[in-house]
Amino acid sequence: MFTFVQKRRYFFLLSAAIIVPGLLIMLYSWVTIGSPFRLSNDFLGGSIYELRFTAASDGMLIDEPMLRAVFTEFENSSITVQSLGAPEEQRWSVRADFQDTETTEAILDRLETIAPLDRDRLFIEQISATVGGEVTRSAIIAVIVAAVVVTGFIVLAFRQVPDALRYGICAILAMIHDVLIVCGIVSFMGLIAGWEVDALFLTAVLTVVGFSIQDTIVMFDRIRENIPKHLGEPYEVIVNRSILETLHRSLATQLNAFFIMAAILLFGGESIKQFIGILFIGLISGTYSSICIAVPLLVAWEKGEIPFLKPRVLVPAVQEG
Amino acid sequence: MRMMRGWLIVVIALAGFALWVCLPDTTGFRFDSDGDGVEDAGLRVQQSLGLDIVGGLRVLLQAELPAGSFSIEDLRQTANNVGRRVNALGVTEPTVQVQGSNRILVELPGVTDRETAVRAIQQTALLEFVDFGGLPGRGQEFVDQRILTTQQDAILRQREVTADGSAFVNPMTGLPFETVMTGAGLQSAAAQINQSGRGYVIAFELTSEGATVFGPFTGARVGEAMAIVLDGVVLSAPVIESRLDSGGIITGDFTDEEAQTLALQLRSGALPIPLRLESAETVGATLGQESVGLSVRAGVLGIIVILLFMVIYYRVPGIAAALALLTFILFNYAVFKLIPVTLTLPAITGFLISIGTAVDGNILIFERIKEELRAGKGLDEAMQSGFFRAWQSIRDSNFSTIIICAILFFFGQTPGASIVAGFALTLMIGLLINLFTAVLVTRAFLSVIVEVMRQPLQRRAWLMGV
Repeated sequence: MFTFVQKRRYFFLLSAAIIVPGLLIMLYSWVTIGSPFRLSNDFLGGSIYELRFTAASDGMLIDEPMLRAVFTEFENSSITVQSLGAPEEQRWSVRADFQDTETTEAILDRLETIAPLDRDRLFIEQISATVGGEVTRSAIIAVIVAAVVVTGFIVLAFRQVPDALRYGICAILAMIHDVLIVCGIVSFMGLIAGWEVDALFLTAVLTVVGFSIQDTIVMFDRIRENIPKHLGEPYEVIVNRSILETLHRSLATQLNAFFIMAAILLFGGESIKQFIGILFIGLISGTYSSICIAVPLLVAWEKGEIPFLKPRVLVPAVQEG
Repeated sequence: MRMMRGWLIVVIALAGFALWVCLPDTTGFRFDSDGDGVEDAGLRVQQSLGLDIVGGLRVLLQAELPAGSFSIEDLRQTANNVGRRVNALGVTEPTVQVQGSNRILVELPGVTDRETAVRAIQQTALLEFVDFGGLPGRGQEFVDQRILTTQQDAILRQREVTADGSAFVNPMTGLPFETVMTGAGLQSAAAQINQSGRGYVIAFELTSEGATVFGPFTGARVGEAMAIVLDGVVLSAPVIESRLDSGGIITGDFTDEEAQTLALQLRSGALPIPLRLESAETVGATLGQESVGLSVRAGVLGIIVILLFMVIYYRVPGIAAALALLTFILFNYAVFKLIPVTLTLPAITGFLISIGTAVDGNILIFERIKEELRAGKGLDEAMQSGFFRAWQSIRDSNFSTIIICAILFFFGQTPGASIVAGFALTLMIGLLINLFTAVLVTRAFLSVIVEVMRQPLQRRAWLMGV
């Protein structure tokens, strides 16, 4: 029988080995670029271009990929290209990063090479963020409030189990674990691969929060059921049995989510791949943390291994003689 | 068993209805029993698609004030209030951005009624309650006239412009009329049918700050007149009948539509800066249609793999799960069209992933049934306790996520945060439907299959996935 809980120190170390560097990278990003992640113009604002092309000599119309390609050349990473009015007017609106005048000129020159650009009716202006600071703030507050309420719910649902509060707190700790892992990896990818955080990232993190709690509760539910069934057995053994009993389900569920994500990653549209990637990391982390973090934490707490939470009372040994 | 067959009929009926809703041509129905042209009951079905998929209306608004007379903060506040109005219009997932130093760019997905949208967004909606005390004829002659109030005077002063003299001042004093309270003192506002039967009124409730001003004022002036002024024009001049501490009614000659629009504007707050419409034009989709097509096709592929997996791994129960999953997709999509939920590419992707996780409930149940069978229980008993035991963990795990969604939805009501609210709503719908399909629908299908195939199932345990 594989003993998950007994190996908890390795799991904690493994998680720490991902989370701590992640936190350091976020800190480093914060110091160097002013935020823990590379933010896209959803958060920062950027420039909006209104372009008007006069018909090209061969009558070819400009299309979205052509414009996108030009802007991508100049290190714009999140670009929104929209057509304005009727298609034959050849008017386009492009939202891109805010760039200096020289780069902007270079972009316009490059655009000129694909079709004649009407420079007189060109229009470039700064544009504010679509996701304001208050949205991010309210999402964070919402998650904190949700964490408190969910802890309350777990305490209520697990009231017949001794120390129900611990289950709530461990579920929340596992959730924080998953959020930190996802954030750390995204920050890291921002540093090495230029991943930018956009409005979708907010959604992805919120989804991870949901996955995480759901997985942990399924695990805890088995423990809740097994405690009265196996009275007298050490807590550690009951808990380990519960993990093994639910392992099939965890793997099968994971596999199904994986099917969908893999399909979209392989065959889906380009613009959604980073979003799926983040969800995928979150989902794996969510399953891992429910088995290897949330449940072992319960055992560690029970055994008084967590500093400050339940300091072991040292009873002086009675001296013989 | 009999109960399950009853459920199966319910499920099939619901699925038939959902299928009808899901058909691309369904627009709903209207029911008008007394033939007065007013709808008594009805159901509107519409597919609401986001800016990235269908494009929409792009409205550019320009501040109608000289540069330098307002701060960028004022413009942001104005944009916020515009965002709130757009949300209240029922347009989901709009974008509202400040462009340059004096413009606001609004994009409304799929909006076709351009006039209404522009009007609702643009109007300043500065509501004032003005003291008409002591006026001869109780100020009835000022109704529909433009008057100058202390509040407007202050705004003009701040903008360093002088009143053009076309507005009336208080004839008793020769000074602007005294503003008692502005629309900022209102907690809520809603259009209601006038008690007297004709036309509409707006019922409002006061904030606690509003009440500290309005209560004492109305208390001291019972029997006197008070004017209700919108953007400088007197809407009505009612007589104060009693002290108003919590709220009241704004009368005026409103039609249904006017009352709705005004109530919406009052709820979302006056615009600190008046706006002029610079342009309103259609804007194309931000993503190539092929991107959406690709993702949907990929999702369908993923779903087929899941269905195959469930049938191969769980055998006969897997067939019930596959049917339940199809029901889940059908129900979910139908609800998206009924509410309607705005579908953007991320929303569609989220939906596809929720299909991947929706089988979790089935997996929990089937693993449980297998355990019970392995422990030597009979088919019926194993199913009974499998469903019962798994239900507890399905219930608790889903409920905790539903709680999170409810809280996210609540916080998503902040202006501009509709992306959070939209996400929470979509996820919550998925979870609630999943609670129903993964447990009840699966059980209904499985019970019937077991009944039909009882003999082979009892003899060959592998058919149950063991």
